[in-house]
Amino acid sequence: MDKFRMIFQFLQSNQESFMTGICGIMALASAQMYSAFDFNCPCLPRYNLAYGLGILLVPPFILFLLGFVLNNNVSMLAEEWRRPQGQRGKDRAVLRYMFCSMAQRAMIAPVVWVSVTLLDGKCITCAFCTSVPVETLGNASHPGLSQGEMKRVLARIPCKEIYDGQELIANEVAVRYLRCISQALGWCFVLLMTTLAFLVRSLRPCFTQAAFLKSRYWSHYIDIERKLFDETCAEHARSFAKVCIQQFFEGMSTDLAAARCHLPRKAPADAGEAAEKLLGITDQGTMNTALKSWHRCKPPLHLHPPALPSGNGWAGEGQPPAHPPVPRRETAAYYSRV
Amino acid sequence: MDRFRMIFQYFQSNSESVMNGICGLLTLASVKMYTCFDFSCPCLPWYNMAYGLGIMFVPPVALFLCGLILNRQSFVMLEEWRRPQGRRKKDLAVIRYMCSSIMQRAMVAPLVWIVVTLLDGKCLICAFSGSVDPENFVGFANASAVQVQQLLAKVPCKDDELMRNNTSRKAVSRYLRCWSQALGWSILLILIIAAFLARWLRPCFNQATLLQARHWSNYIDIEQKIFEETCCEHSRLFAHKCILHFFESMRQEIKLHSFSLSREGEGAEGEEDLLWGITDQDQVNKLLKAWYYEKPALDVS
Repeated sequence: MDKFRMIFQFLQSNQESFMTGICGIMALASAQMYSAFDFNCPCLPRYNLAYGLGILLVPPFILFLLGFVLNNNVSMLAEEWRRPQGQRGKDRAVLRYMFCSMAQRAMIAPVVWVSVTLLDGKCITCAFCTSVPVETLGNASHPGLSQGEMKRVLARIPCKEIYDGQELIANEVAVRYLRCISQALGWCFVLLMTTLAFLVRSLRPCFTQAAFLKSRYWSHYIDIERKLFDETCAEHARSFAKVCIQQFFEGMSTDLAAARCHLPRKAPADAGEAAEKLLGITDQGTMNTALKSWHRCKPPLHLHPPALPSGNGWAGEGQPPAHPPVPRRETAAYYSRV
Repeated sequence: MDRFRMIFQYFQSNSESVMNGICGLLTLASVKMYTCFDFSCPCLPWYNMAYGLGIMFVPPVALFLCGLILNRQSFVMLEEWRRPQGRRKKDLAVIRYMCSSIMQRAMVAPLVWIVVTLLDGKCLICAFSGSVDPENFVGFANASAVQVQQLLAKVPCKDDELMRNNTSRKAVSRYLRCWSQALGWSILLILIIAAFLARWLRPCFNQATLLQARHWSNYIDIEQKIFEETCCEHSRLFAHKCILHFFESMRQEIKLHSFSLSREGEGAEGEEDLLWGITDQDQVNKLLKAWYYEKPALDVS
């Protein structure tokens, strides 16, 4: 656990290493997923191609979409794209920048999957075993085999235990050939991807650096603004809830006092904090009524403005005195229609 | 764990050691990739050479490009190279220094791959098994030319049925591996001597220029980092102010629509500040709706 915490701290130390860390983790996850996957070639003529190409192309597509789903900034991009203009203009360059950086990060896991698949060789061997050039590698003139029969025999190449075409073409020869082609494709794919990544990153300082700085600043701004707004709203909600609950307890205790026709008790001069925290509820019956009322009849979501302090002994505590609640509610109801 | 923490902290202490750290990691990754990679020679006449030399040279190119991409300084250098002159002159010596230090670091992983490949020997055996002189090996001396080519091409494949118990195959294999390892060690020696000479002899040539170039390249790197950090901080303050203005304008609007209650709102100041005068479900909903439909202008003057 300590090790993970340290690695996280290291990765979060600055934005750049955080993003590099995320990319590294996704690449490792993708490679691990491939090695955990149990590849099982069907060894039947048409199914091989479908299975092989399916394993090569469908998981990368899923990983790409997952890369978008798991990225928190997708909702930010969608919100910025769809919001009405209002008093703030929309900058298409910022939207493009945000989309491009998300797409680049989402591409890493699929690219790693395709590379690892090609370098491993099982997929291509499975998919293209019926297209092996038997004339050059084996004995095409082996008698007694129609086209369909030959395809059926060749389709069993990936499954060594049931392969019965040793006279047609040796299993090891065919597997080596297909694997060589697959690995060559794999390395070419890796080279192509790294070249593309290098070009994309290096052409930017050469052509569009100023526009890039602008887009990066404003996309970061939008992200921070959203987070700060959420924090401010959370703070507001906390204060709102606190005042709402305080007013509920006050309302409770004054209601009960009014119902029992007791005079409001004069608090002793040295009441202190504990009496304040009791919020006027000091016996079991009152507390039970308060709890029941909280469940049965939650207070409305509007806060009464605090009344002015009057001249009795309560002034020192800062709690509003026992104002009859009804007139306050009327004005509060009007207040809430704003 | 303490040791790892110290290592991480050391590598993050300045940008040069960050780059050295990345270079080291990439080298380790390249060795690991080679050991994980399942080398399987096709054992066919023309394919062998293409496969063997491909495995020896294509991954190093990809590793070199990776080394350039992962190194932040390469883009800092490009930016410095392509920027308009403005009021700050461009010093080509600094750009050259940066370029050479970037290239040196990016070359380490590819060279390590090539050396490991040569020391292991499989690539060279695969690529050049068809090019040995068959006269020197008893098993291949008396076959026709085409047959010899086919047989030699199968030398890298130990488990092939023709080669399983062939002693000449082992002889060819040993011969090629010996050459491969000799080449590998020689290249390693040459590289280390070159690096040693370069470091030793450098102070003899232009040490002052070198110190200047190093200082200013470090400066450019740090300046860019600090600029990014300042922009981040600025955008945070900007956002904070923007949101405060927004809440304040909401409070003003609410005050305008209510009368005779603003006096009473003076008490309980602590909570009032945090509530912004928004004390009602409808008002909160209105605020949230306004935030989406009419984001405030980007102007906090």
